[in-house]
Amino acid sequence: MINGAFTLRNVRFNNRVLVASGTYGYGEECAGLANVNRIGGIVTKSLSLKPRDGNPPRRIASTPSGMLNSIGLANIGVHQFIADKLPFLRTVDTTVIANIAASSVEEYCAVLTLLEEQEGIDGFEINVSCPNVREGGLNFGTNCVSVAEIMRRVRPLTAKPVIMKLTPNVTHISEFARAVESEGADAVSVINTVIGMAVDVKTRRPVLSTVTGGLSGPAIKPIALAKVYEVARAVKIPVIGIGGISDATDALEFLITGATAVQIGTRNFIDPSAAITVAEGIDAYCTNNGIPDVGELVGTLDVGSGRSVLDGWL
Amino acid sequence: MIQALSPVLGCRKVAENIFVLSCTSPDIAQAVQAGQFVNIWVEQTTDPLLRRPFSVYNTEGGTLEIIYNVIGKGTSALSRKMPGEMINVLGPLGTPFGIDDPGFSTGVLLAGGLGVAPMVLAARALRKAGKNIMAILGARNGGSIVDANLENVHLATDDGSRGFHGNVVDLARKLLDGPRSSGAKVFACGPTPMLRAVAAFVAEKNIPCEVSLEGPMACGFGICQGCPVELVDDSRKYALMCKDGPVFDVRKIKI
Repeated sequence: MINGAFTLRNVRFNNRVLVASGTYGYGEECAGLANVNRIGGIVTKSLSLKPRDGNPPRRIASTPSGMLNSIGLANIGVHQFIADKLPFLRTVDTTVIANIAASSVEEYCAVLTLLEEQEGIDGFEINVSCPNVREGGLNFGTNCVSVAEIMRRVRPLTAKPVIMKLTPNVTHISEFARAVESEGADAVSVINTVIGMAVDVKTRRPVLSTVTGGLSGPAIKPIALAKVYEVARAVKIPVIGIGGISDATDALEFLITGATAVQIGTRNFIDPSAAITVAEGIDAYCTNNGIPDVGELVGTLDVGSGRSVLDGWL
Repeated sequence: MIQALSPVLGCRKVAENIFVLSCTSPDIAQAVQAGQFVNIWVEQTTDPLLRRPFSVYNTEGGTLEIIYNVIGKGTSALSRKMPGEMINVLGPLGTPFGIDDPGFSTGVLLAGGLGVAPMVLAARALRKAGKNIMAILGARNGGSIVDANLENVHLATDDGSRGFHGNVVDLARKLLDGPRSSGAKVFACGPTPMLRAVAAFVAEKNIPCEVSLEGPMACGFGICQGCPVELVDDSRKYALMCKDGPVFDVRKIKI
């Protein structure tokens, strides 16, 4: 039996494969297609204080090995979440992380405070990195002082884990990771989507209504790995790797590079049971390699030898 | 909502550049209602990455059919599927047509081009509900008309090569003239300009109407929030095409 569990602060996760915010609804929507109890953790769709309509159509585009989105944080708002969605999440046998999006520091604090009082929420992930909304989103996420300020303000409001979800759309993501670490973040999620764009040559218009959007899927995996590599060497707090993970091999790459855990995103849209398959694949790898605890893999990247191999090339 | 690995039975050409793919998917075939769709994971590759949504065109026992034309990477991959190859079908998805609505006696099926996709099941459901059927099918030319084996069919082509010379809405205007529109309910599917014309026509005639929309979507069941449809009612700005639709009362949405 492989031990896949890990803890953040006082909270235990059954395994190291979580589902990313905005890719699993509020959990209930996927319950008919996957045994959600076997997921390492569910991160909810971003919650704001009031409901958000989201951006006008068109919100998504299909790109080579990727998906562009400009959802604009469409969500039911924290009050309706507590009334309608949280009861289901209280019944699941997995860790539930509420993702919070806001357009002011006060709103982040207000949403977190409301959720803090609720049973069934085990921790928080702060979204300061949505590329598709003007207020909040990247206005905060690309400003290191703002990101640190949000962390400083939410930290005293909860004893539960607080994870900061960082954007790759900055020069040095590790500076942001260091800043939130020093303000008491328990972990950082690396990365949110990469700004991208698609053009319809027939109409000469951008495909997305907001012109640019966030790129996700296998197309961004190499970028995500490089960011995890950068951040994991810069901070002592755990890094949660996100970006284009589709299978166990992808996830193992992130763990070896230094991620304590991973989140599955876009893949959930194709296969809502992907997180479970990935966790099983990680266990199988550990079994085959005589590793009793998945944690032993974390950060074991050997950058010393740089030898050339043909595996996976031919 | 069922996810089923479904073996492809075959693919046949039914009109110019229009194909019907059959697969064995008994659970979904038996559960699907007229107007619902499936989201197909065509291939285990990263390009195309996402599933592709298709109306269910027909079912027979455990066989499920979709109709498509090759317009991109998803449909191109689909067209290369050989009998015995597997596709991963998720469905049935979305809200069906309101066939059981007691307020009408004749279901008018109005289809432009591939808008014929949900009409076979719609006709079957109408028949089962004891309603009369009038089918008005349109296409660019005679070669693009799909013979869907519907009853009481009226054809329209843009070039006049088959049936009425003009579009389906103009033909409907002729056929549903005056008192002939009483007791009718329109079920429409087709390109957006056609649906706009349908909306104007049924508003003018005061005929109840449901439209089935088509558009890009990723998950197909509401988690990605990628397929907003603008609502008329301003208490809520958007519905989701995949979950709240693809069938909508035409008066409730902005097309």
